[in-house]
Amino acid sequence: MDPHVQVKNLNVYYGKQQALKDVNIEIPKKQITVIMGPSGCGKTTLLKTFNRFLELTDGAQLTGEVLVDGENIYDRDVDVTEVRKVVGLLAQRPSPLPMSIYDNVVYGMHIHKMKRDRREYKAAVKHYLEIAGLWEEVQKRMHDPATSLSIGQQQRLCLARGLAVEPEIILGDEPTSALDPISSQNIEARLIELKQQYTTVIVTHTLRQAKRLADYVIYMYMGEVVEAGPASEVFNNPQHKRTRAYLEGLF
Amino acid sequence: MSETISLKVETQSDGRSIRPSSVARARQDQTAKRTFFIVTLLPVILIVMITIALFLRALPILNAHPFTQLLFGDVWKPSAGLFGFKPFILGTVWVTAVGVLLAVPPSLLVAIYLAEYAHTMTRSVAKPILDLLAAIPPVVYGVWGLLAIVPFVQGVLAPLSDRWLDSIPLFAINQPTGFGILAAGIVLAVMIAPLIISVVYEVFSTVPNELRNASLAVGATRWQTIRRIVLPQILPGIIAAIVLAASRAFGETIAVLIVVGNVANIPTSIFDSAYPLPALIANNYGDMMSIPLYDAALLGAALILLVVILIFNVISTLVLQRLKRRSWA
Ligand SMILES: Nc1ncnc2c1ncn2[C@@H]1O[C@H](COP(=O)(O)OP(=O)(O)OP(=O)(O)O)[C@@H](O)[C@H]1O
Ligand SMILES: [Mg+2]
Repeated sequence: MDPHVQVKNLNVYYGKQQALKDVNIEIPKKQITVIMGPSGCGKTTLLKTFNRFLELTDGAQLTGEVLVDGENIYDRDVDVTEVRKVVGLLAQRPSPLPMSIYDNVVYGMHIHKMKRDRREYKAAVKHYLEIAGLWEEVQKRMHDPATSLSIGQQQRLCLARGLAVEPEIILGDEPTSALDPISSQNIEARLIELKQQYTTVIVTHTLRQAKRLADYVIYMYMGEVVEAGPASEVFNNPQHKRTRAYLEGLF
Repeated sequence: MSETISLKVETQSDGRSIRPSSVARARQDQTAKRTFFIVTLLPVILIVMITIALFLRALPILNAHPFTQLLFGDVWKPSAGLFGFKPFILGTVWVTAVGVLLAVPPSLLVAIYLAEYAHTMTRSVAKPILDLLAAIPPVVYGVWGLLAIVPFVQGVLAPLSDRWLDSIPLFAINQPTGFGILAAGIVLAVMIAPLIISVVYEVFSTVPNELRNASLAVGATRWQTIRRIVLPQILPGIIAAIVLAASRAFGETIAVLIVVGNVANIPTSIFDSAYPLPALIANNYGDMMSIPLYDAALLGAALILLVVILIFNVISTLVLQRLKRRSWA
């Protein structure tokens, strides 16, 4: 396996409470990795360590390493904004910025001054809206407020906004849990298309979704990674009894 | 009201008889609601009554002199029947403006720091300190101004200004005492800063973290996030906080009165002394009431003060409330 992210001896504490215990995993490149496990087992916490969102939580402490392309993103000389540019995040609830559809997509590109002129920005906005499968629906209303979109459209807009800064990794924390079934399917279809080019890590509570998306599965329990492996192996022949119980329990 | 209650009883149509206690409870609930409503309304009624009373008592001077003449008259000589409010109005405006200008920049920085950068620990320490500062009685600030700020203005700021800024009329030294607009402005700034900080802090916390995270997630820095996402959202709230603080400064009486000099001239420099409206009223009401129209003139001044402060407060309160109720995304 060609790992894109390697997690080594990772421990996370919220105050005195330990949320992740000695996590050691590898996330394969340009595949969809699905993180599963019961509520409170540390899925969100693990995901937050990948884009250094954990440090936005007061009192959160971390030991260990998270290597992206072999480089520890917690090294002192690493620029956190660069990490977040490379590791994009699709939030649980769509969070359009309070500005127009166009400005949402262009926001990150402006921040990183990625293009030279308006024409280039416009072309890029169109490109990423197309990738997110939203262009057809919004091309005539680019300057409407993003909040005027439906929730499902907003989530695709957020996807376009994230892709626009050219990340290599996409994180999704239950990215479809706030959406209706059709919109969920739409996002899933996008993620499957995108895995040719991006390493994707998704947290989900729905086993069906996990089975549709996963190339690689991580199963967590009480802050520990219990099982990790290719989807076919974990789903068909779980090694650990907890994984088996979880997979059966959900049917 | 009893009708609504009986109506409610009838609509409970699942066959069970309603126990009398629940009817009694519903009635109690109604009574409580009405009581709270009336208690809440009381201040409003009070303000309306005070305004009307002030207006009626000020009516004689309004009848004797045209309103514009009162507002824009330069000369205040009650014994000669001259009641020009202009020096006092300008005195109030100058003192308020200097206070607000001095208070706003540092207060905004502190509020932004507390809201966006500080740890929960720092916040939980800073909050009570701010509340404490806001609770210090104005007279204490006034005495502090008298003992510390007036000498500081006289001994340090005035000589500095004399040396470097003397050619600019706004900073000219026209009187040597240290009592004046700048001293009052500094005292006011210190007094209103806690208010600005805590209101602006609250305004910041109306912005949900999801918005900040959305910006941070694409690799924006904290400052970029504040400047491009947070600040544009809450600009009206920040302005409202400043207006609220201005209205506090506008009406502040005792702390200003102690350090401002109380000379009824038209100020041209921040080192001039002034005589703001609240000081005028506090110093003179009750004295020399035998002079015709004097009493009405002072109450007219109070009316002006009240109306301006009411307008400031109502506007800023409305803006702040709308911000808090706003639904995000
Ligand atoms: N900000 C926080 N402060 C303190 N404890 C926290 C915080 N966030 C999470 N925790 C704790 O850390 C543990 C892991 O939480 P986490 O949110 O990662 O779980 P999760 O697997 O994402 O759960 P869910 O499926 O419900 O989203 C939980 O016990 C939780 O209570
Ligand atoms: Mg979670």
